[in-house]
Amino acid sequence: MLLTFTNGVHPQEFKSWTNNSPVERLPFFADYVIPLSQHIGAPSKSLVRKGQYVARGEKIAEPGAYVSVAYHSPVDGVVSAVELAEHPGGKMVPSIKIKADPFSSQRLEKKPIDWKSLTKKEFADHLQNSGMVGLGGAAFPSHVKFAVPDDKKCDYLIINGCECEPFLTADHRVMAEYPLEVMRGIEMLQYFLTPKKTFIGIEANKKDAINILQLEANKHPELAVEIVSLEVKYPQGAEKMLISAILTNEVPSGTIPLDGGYLVSNVGTVAAIAEYFDSGKPLIERVVTVSGSNIKRPANLLVPIGTSMQELLNACGGFKSSDFGDSARILLGGPMMGMAQKSLDVPVVKGTSGVLALGVLEVPGRNTFQCIRCGRCLEACPMFLNPSTLGLLAKKGLYEEMLEENLMDCMECASCSYVCPSGIPLVQSFRVAKAVNRERKVA
Amino acid sequence: MWTEIWVAVGILVGLGLTFATVLALANKQFWVYEDPRIDQVTDLLPGTNCGACGQPGCHAFAEVIVDGSVLPGKCTVSSAEKIEEIAEFLGVDAGKEEKRVARLQCAGGRMEDRDKADYQGQKTCRELAVVHGGNRGCAWGCLGLADCEKVCTFNSIKMNDNELPVVDIETCTACGDCVDVCPKDLFTIMPISQKLIVQCKSLLEGDLAQQICSVACDACGRCVSDSIPGLIEMHENLAVIDYSRNELASPSATWRCPTGAIQWVTEQQFKVASQPLFPLGRVEVLSDKQVRL
Repeated sequence: MLLTFTNGVHPQEFKSWTNNSPVERLPFFADYVIPLSQHIGAPSKSLVRKGQYVARGEKIAEPGAYVSVAYHSPVDGVVSAVELAEHPGGKMVPSIKIKADPFSSQRLEKKPIDWKSLTKKEFADHLQNSGMVGLGGAAFPSHVKFAVPDDKKCDYLIINGCECEPFLTADHRVMAEYPLEVMRGIEMLQYFLTPKKTFIGIEANKKDAINILQLEANKHPELAVEIVSLEVKYPQGAEKMLISAILTNEVPSGTIPLDGGYLVSNVGTVAAIAEYFDSGKPLIERVVTVSGSNIKRPANLLVPIGTSMQELLNACGGFKSSDFGDSARILLGGPMMGMAQKSLDVPVVKGTSGVLALGVLEVPGRNTFQCIRCGRCLEACPMFLNPSTLGLLAKKGLYEEMLEENLMDCMECASCSYVCPSGIPLVQSFRVAKAVNRERKVA
Repeated sequence: MWTEIWVAVGILVGLGLTFATVLALANKQFWVYEDPRIDQVTDLLPGTNCGACGQPGCHAFAEVIVDGSVLPGKCTVSSAEKIEEIAEFLGVDAGKEEKRVARLQCAGGRMEDRDKADYQGQKTCRELAVVHGGNRGCAWGCLGLADCEKVCTFNSIKMNDNELPVVDIETCTACGDCVDVCPKDLFTIMPISQKLIVQCKSLLEGDLAQQICSVACDACGRCVSDSIPGLIEMHENLAVIDYSRNELASPSATWRCPTGAIQWVTEQQFKVASQPLFPLGRVEVLSDKQVRL
């Protein structure tokens, strides 16, 4: 019996398209755009000016506040502009544009860092200056996450290797190909956080990753890492769902997992942290899954941050159908929570775990009908909310009443929208309601 | 049988008298003086509770005008005669408040700022704005799904066929509902005397701005040099008008604007039915002789 949480949905996986293709490194392209707010928090401040030569891995932006991270150049090249550019979130944000040097190489002049001599504070500073953010998709700055306040204690460190979103296999490939880094990262986190127990939660559909990590864990018995195989169900990879699956404890409404002594981190982030301290390489590239029925050659790619989406798709053979506008949808991230894109000029950012080009078959134009109160969304919601009531309130614009229905517990996993037989875009209206309520709170 | 009826009637009458006494005493004890004029003034006000005067409703507004801290002219919804009637009743000056209307800081309709993607979700601006900031090319511009039209209490806003909201300056009461509902914050409440309006919020510059929208402010700065010094300033690639010097404004600032982003608006901003539009560019050859811009 595999461990899991209550409720949830079973979307079709589509992982077989890329789960056996090894991670390929992309060659450098001509132009890179690095938006200065790829993370959650205050935008970073640019350190470079137009015409300046930057080396690969050189710091080009410093954190603008505590909840903010540094940025590094992914390539040797010349800064062509510091101006507004399109961001995958839909806004125009200040960005550093770099024209790559044609002779740019993968060489990185960085030294390993002796992490055992660091204090907790220095460790956090290093994370901030390496630009480390959560690579699962939300891009929350890691130094904030791993800075455990004195009155709290991290008892359980949970490494999240679920990757429950359909199509995506980036974390799967990281676990299968970089098990050493994952273990090194766990060693470092254990040194600074001193958890009582460490788990790696992996969905059962990644047998090879489980086996490889188990072999690696057996080589390091002193780390006492327990690898937990979990049922394949969406959203297994959500923080609170993972805790409820592994430890059968629920995180109470209105608290964060750290209040209960849990700390959940994405497996890719852990590997990136290990890479930074072992080789000095800051977060300048990440593994991205490019998949979908409209892509000629689905693949897992090691992509420098700032690569334009157009180049990335070209590297995968481009679209199958020549007419992109009518037949496909481009998503950044997975199909359940990913962001639909209207332009191919956006860059790959730190939170981009996948780029999906979906064809007409996967994205049928769907009509919205009235709510028939069938209750399927209640069975799907992993946070035990009532999406049907919330949806009706949202339709009437009663956003404050939605707070009493625990709207703020909604993590926008889209399970309710997925099961809704009337095709009501519930999560979309919840996002509006959350934004309006946050605005009213401020005002 | 009659005794039973008399007992029941007696009990009811007794109860009634007891409660009447309690209520009469309570009324004496907890009586609060309220100016009787407040209710009379409330009756004279339009009763829409729109909030344009800055008060939470018509009764609250009646309180402050009876109080004398605000003049009745602050109500922009009521007709001039009604205001005069209130002023006469209270024996105060009517107080001429300048008419204010909602102005849109965007002129990029469907034809100027074209759709870059097909949108299939809920047809409201707010919900479209959470999906990648909308399907239009411009990140700041009007989304055209008419949230403002739906929210307007006075039916002053109508979408034209270019998907831009046309504010009827006669019926607009400057209540500010459209300002709150617009996810892109494009509406501003302006006195009608402020005729020079920058109809753009794009922070882009030069060709970048123009490629996205043909009526965008491309930050060329011609309006700045064509107007009285200090009236217009370029701030973050956008012309910003200093309305404290509004009396110095003249249409000359708009003459050399290459895109028409800055406008001298004397009536409503956009046409209700727009002229024939040419989606293929700004210059179109119609016949052998005619070239229309």
